[in-house]
Order: sequence, then structure tokens, then C-alpha cells
Amino acid sequence: MSNDAQAPATDKSEPGPKKAPFGVVFLRYMTEANSVMVTVYSLLMAFVIGAILLIVSDEYTRSTFTYFFSRPQDAVYASRDIIYESYLAVFEGAILNLNTLDRFAAGTAELGDLLRPISETLLYATPLIFTGLAVGLAFRAGLFNIGAQGQLIFGMMGALIIGFSLDLPPIVHIPLAVAAGAIAGAAFGAVPGVLKATTGAHEVISSIMLNNIAALFLVWALSTSFLHSDTKTDLVSKSPDASATLPKLLAWLNPSLRVNLALIIGIAAAVLVWWLLSKSTFGYRIRAVGFNEHASQTAGMNIGRTYVTTMGTAGGLAGLAGAALALGVGSTGITTNTALEYGFDGITVALLGRANPAGIVAAALLFGALKAGALSAQPDVPVDISILLQAIIVLFIAAPALVRAILHLRIPRGGLVTLEAKGW
Amino acid sequence: MAASQHRTTLAVKPYKLALAGVAATSLAALAACGEAPSDTGDGNGDASFMACMVTDSGGVDDKSFNESSWAGMEAAAEENSDIEVDFKESSSEADYDPNLQATVDDGCNFIVGVGGLMAGNVTAAAQANTEIPFAIVDGVASDAEGAPIDVENVFSIQFDTAQSAFLAGYIAASQTESGKVATWGGLQIPPVTIFMDGFVEGVEHFNEAKDDDVEVLGWDVESQEGTFINGFEDTGEGKSTTENFISQGADIVMPVAGPAGIGALTAASENDDVEAIWVDTDGYESTDFGAELLTSAEKGLAEAVKTAVLTAYENKDAESAAAAAEPYIGTLENGGVAISPYHDFDSVISDETKQEVEDLQAAIIDGSVVVESPASPASE
Repeated sequence: MSNDAQAPATDKSEPGPKKAPFGVVFLRYMTEANSVMVTVYSLLMAFVIGAILLIVSDEYTRSTFTYFFSRPQDAVYASRDIIYESYLAVFEGAILNLNTLDRFAAGTAELGDLLRPISETLLYATPLIFTGLAVGLAFRAGLFNIGAQGQLIFGMMGALIIGFSLDLPPIVHIPLAVAAGAIAGAAFGAVPGVLKATTGAHEVISSIMLNNIAALFLVWALSTSFLHSDTKTDLVSKSPDASATLPKLLAWLNPSLRVNLALIIGIAAAVLVWWLLSKSTFGYRIRAVGFNEHASQTAGMNIGRTYVTTMGTAGGLAGLAGAALALGVGSTGITTNTALEYGFDGITVALLGRANPAGIVAAALLFGALKAGALSAQPDVPVDISILLQAIIVLFIAAPALVRAILHLRIPRGGLVTLEAKGW
Repeated sequence: MAASQHRTTLAVKPYKLALAGVAATSLAALAACGEAPSDTGDGNGDASFMACMVTDSGGVDDKSFNESSWAGMEAAAEENSDIEVDFKESSSEADYDPNLQATVDDGCNFIVGVGGLMAGNVTAAAQANTEIPFAIVDGVASDAEGAPIDVENVFSIQFDTAQSAFLAGYIAASQTESGKVATWGGLQIPPVTIFMDGFVEGVEHFNEAKDDDVEVLGWDVESQEGTFINGFEDTGEGKSTTENFISQGADIVMPVAGPAGIGALTAASENDDVEAIWVDTDGYESTDFGAELLTSAEKGLAEAVKTAVLTAYENKDAESAAAAAEPYIGTLENGGVAISPYHDFDSVISDETKQEVEDLQAAIIDGSVVVESPASPASE
């Protein structure tokens, strides 16, 4: 288990043999395969590969390459345009639409219109914050929680059931429904922990299998009259009461801005996980078991209980993602599609964020931005570009040796840093 | 720190690199020797009318209703060069609203939402943009709770596929030798169960007419319960489900599961005396298993969407969006649903049966035979 936040710090405290000028130190840092620069280069390289794929996937640009030698400028200009326009479109969909900015400056657009891309980015990032934390927390205990998807699905159902079955004022109903999501996720998440503690069953295997169980359970549950919508005939659940629906944060600016209270809960959860890991006894136990379970056991820690509580807490975090979906964007009822792949994306978020709460929030924001941007940039840009970039980024992050070899970076003191779960 | 200390050597020997470079360059050169075109015209770029489609999860290449709807859009653009078409793909219901908003922002003159799940979102968008006509495929205008409401600029495109499935059921009952036929679905949703209802009723009609006792496995109209594989992707599951029915004695199977239905055709091709019936499109053309197919219960999505777009175009200068299109229910009468030609089985199926099927079709059209399914679109 590695603690990467320290890697750059040790670097700075040990400058070269002599006190080198800032520029040299900076350059040296830039050309070293430390965890920060590997992340930066991974992102850059992903966007370069993405650009190549954009050229290849665009029919017109591809056609200009068939006569490259008779009129090369066509291909060059077409490639430049497609890259520029595609990435600009993604940027405009995720952060700031330049047309809207012009209209805003001219007074024909409202502030709400200007904030829509950001609102969408935050909306899509929210479930990823939770599932990223769910995977990241388990990483720190040396556990690989692949079960976030299933935990999320159970959290979704838990939050939804409390959301439509009770009649309460919002101030009580919302916290109760959100808590129900966390508890349902925690209960489902604890199962692989219990299995590992009592029988030694590997959590990777059991949590993958539990994902399938959860997904199929949802299909069945949606068809029961208890969960199935009373009014719709499609396979969709009842919708939560208005009193349990998460309030939109920016509805006062424009009701179409969809970012909701779940974002605040997500950031609070990230702070809580940070506090848990760095300040609490529970967190100390998690990290100790993650570093060396045998030593922890010898020191008198209850390893089995740590597995169960860690997986339970992780499950609770993923369950919150489910609550965010069921009571937020899915507030007209959930379907088999609502959960998408958020649980699995949580793994990539945790990897990119290096299992560190602040990093996870940043990674979730990046992936949320890619998703929101790609959605609005289609069909000129294939919507799958966000998934593609996500995959390439993680590929590089997970293989620092590859990044080092491609860019001929130096190996930092202490070696290359890869994030890994133990227990294989 | 768990990181390994040894260097991973990925550096390639220089001469190999040079060799690879030469190879790549010559390949590129070969591919790049074409003539430069004199002009670059692309599609209907300067069209005055833009028709846009928002897909359900699955996207425009789902080999199912999204793809068929998009084919209809493209056909409309092909027929009329003043129409430009565009689409936005949704990966889940969270994407419906931003996609619909984007089509409005893009200045689309006609917006088609595909799938009943989207009905509430399309209706809300239509109420916010009363000057634009909207259409819902396989759904009707409804509020957020799913209760149907009347919104004048929302048009439904629906299909009474129970009618074509009824004929398919009749044909299946007439062709079975084991006295057992089967049907199974992807998910238990109306666009799927409507086929299964029609199929079962067609078999029952045959039993009454011929005083026979053909049994249907996989679906019970009365209780609305049956066999589903919980998805539209898993051809392996489709195959094993079909083999299960075959082992129970069924010799004709109708899968209603989009691409997963291919599994049933594979199973049929491996069992000599087992045939299949395809749905949605003429499987003789759209699948590689034409030789296994008695017929197909077609649903003319592409044609209906194309007509809707062309109608909206013709009425683009109408006073209000309400006049731009008409609600559409595909039936045997208007050709929106149909039974495919028998193709390879043309010589196998007796002339008597063919005549009976034709008579039955006429009877359904004139209303003397009524096909009822809880999932049938309500006529307005």
C-alpha cells in the first residue's frame, strides 16, 4: 500500500547534492516519474490518443488522408479543426459555453444559462465521488472493493423505499431516506467482509458475484407490485415523494439546473473519510491492516472485524451514491439503467485519485466533466469519447512504468508508485 | 511502499524502430496516394428543416428500436434534401432532459423521443416549447407520474403489434408437429409483452378454429407471467432459454428480445426440426438465420418515423405546432405492422394455411376478429 501524498513531499525535502536553482529543481521534478507527474502525463497522453481517435473516427477527416500526398493541407487542416472543435465542444458542455457567454454579455442570456454546463458536470460527478470513496477507503485497508455497483443498487432501493412509503416533512424525510440508502448499501457491502473474515473467501470474487446478484435482484424487485410504478407500464419503479426528493441547489437561478443536495453530502462524505483515515482510531486500524495485516494482528488488532467494518463503511458510501440517484436525477422512478456503471467507474476514480479523498473528489469532477461534455457535444463528437478517455487515463495511471518508458522519465527515489490492493 | 524497484525495459532496439517506421510510412504512403476530390459536399448541410431524435439507452446502433427509428429519420432526409437529421444518445434516464434541451437549443424543428420511458420528459419539454412539434415512439404524452395527458404538440407513434404477432401465432400453431410452441421475452415491458399476447391469442384462435390443442410455453396472457431473460443483450442466455423450451417439446420459438433473440435462432439452427419466428423486422433479411424462419411479426418503426418527419416538414409553416403531425398507431390495416413473406418456407406452408392467414388478416382489419392485449395502444 502506498501513500502517495508523501511522495512529492519527500522529494522537496531532499534536493540535489547542492542547492540547485528553482528552474533546475522544477525541470528535474517534471522529468521524473513521481506520482504527480505520472498523473499529469497520463492525462496529457490520454488527450493526445483521444485526438488521434477523433481524427480516425471522423469520416471526412479520414477521407482527406486518402489523398494526403496530392493535397496534404486538407488533412492537416481537417485534423486540426476536428481536434479543436471536438475538445472545444466537450469543454463548452462541461464548463462554459462561449456562445452563452456572448449572449450573457449582451444581456440575452441569464446567469442560470451560463451555469448549466457546470451544474451538469457537478451532477454527473456526484455519484462518482461516493463510489470513488467506497473503493478508495477499501483500498486503504488493502481490500479491493469491486462490489460498489451492487452496493449502489441496494442503496438506491433502500432510499427509494423509504422515499415513497413514508409520509413525512422534508426536513425528516430526506435525511431518513438518504440514511436508508447508506444502511442498505452498508449491509450489502459488509457481506464480502464477513465472508472474508469468517471463511477467507476473497472479497474480489465475492463482491463481483454480489454485483450480479444485486443487478438481477433489482430487475425482479422492479417487477413486484411493491416497487413497480402504479401508473407506468414500463419497467420503472414508483417515484419518491416530493418530500424525499433532494432539493436542487440552484433552482432559484433556473429550475433546469439539476445539481442537487447530494453534491454537498458527497463533499461532506469526502471530508469525513479524510478525517476517518487520518484522525480516527478506526482509520488508523484500516491503514495498519492495509500496510501489514500480520503485524496488525500481532499488535492485537482484530483483523476480521476491520474487514467487516471497512467493507461495511465502503458499502455505506456506495449506498449514498444510490440514494443520490434515486432521490435526485432518478426522482421520477428508477429503472435497470439508472445505476449505469457508476460502481465500476468508482474503481477508476479511486485509482486516479490515488485512494485519497481530495484526489477522489478531483477525479470525480474530471470524469463528471467528461461525461457532461461528451453528452452535449454529440453527435459531432462520439458520446463514447468520455469512456474512452477515462479508460486510457486509468490505463496509464495503473502502469507508471509504461508512462516512464514512453516519455523516458527518470525513476524517482523510492521507486515507481503503483496503487495496489493486497491479499492476492 | 509496494512498488517494484527493477526497471521495466520497454525501449525497443533502434534498428527495429527504424524498420517499423519504414513499414508504417510506406503503408501510409500507399493509402495516401489517392486523388484529391474537387468538391466537398456533405449531406443536407444547408437544409432549412432540422429533425432531431433523442435515443433511449442503447443508442442509434442498438440493432433494435433506436436503430430502426434512426433509419426512418435518415430515410426522410434522403427523400427530401431540405431536411437535415440529427440525434442525441442517452445512456440512462438521467440524460433525457439535457438531450431534449440540447435539441431545442440546436434549433430543431421536429423532435422525436424514442421509448415510452421518455414520455414524461418529452411531454415536459413540449409544454416548455409549445412552438415545436414533438413525437414519442412507443408512448403517449403523460405527466411525470405517467398519467396520460393531452398536450397538443406531442404526437404518439405506436404499434398494435399484437395483430401481426396474432398471425404469427396462427402460423406457428398450424406448422407445429409436436403440438407445442414457445415464446419468451427480454424484459417484461409493454413493447415486448404485446407480441407475446398476440402470439398466444393467435395460437388459441387456431385451436378454436381447428379444434386442436396446441400448447404455448413461456407466456400466460391471463396472469401476464412468463419467461424473460432480463435483458436484450445476452445471446447465450437466449440460446439456453430456447434449448430449455426445445427439451420441453416445443418446435417453434418466437423470441421477443432484440439482439438476444439471435440465441434462439442459433438453437433452432442446431435442431433440425425446430423453427423460429422473428419480430420487429423481417428476420430473413436482418439476421443470418433466414433458413430457420417461418415468418416475422414486423413492426414498421422506420416507415412510421419517416412518415412523421415528412408530415412535420409539410406542415412546417402551419399556424401552430399542433397541426404539424398526427398521432399514429401502426396496424395491419395501415401496414404499420405486418407479417413477413414466408421466404424459404413458402413451399412448406400449405396453400390452405396461407389462405386462412389472409382471411384472418382481413377479419382483423374489418374488426370481426379482435386482438386484445393489455399492452395495446389505446385508440383515440
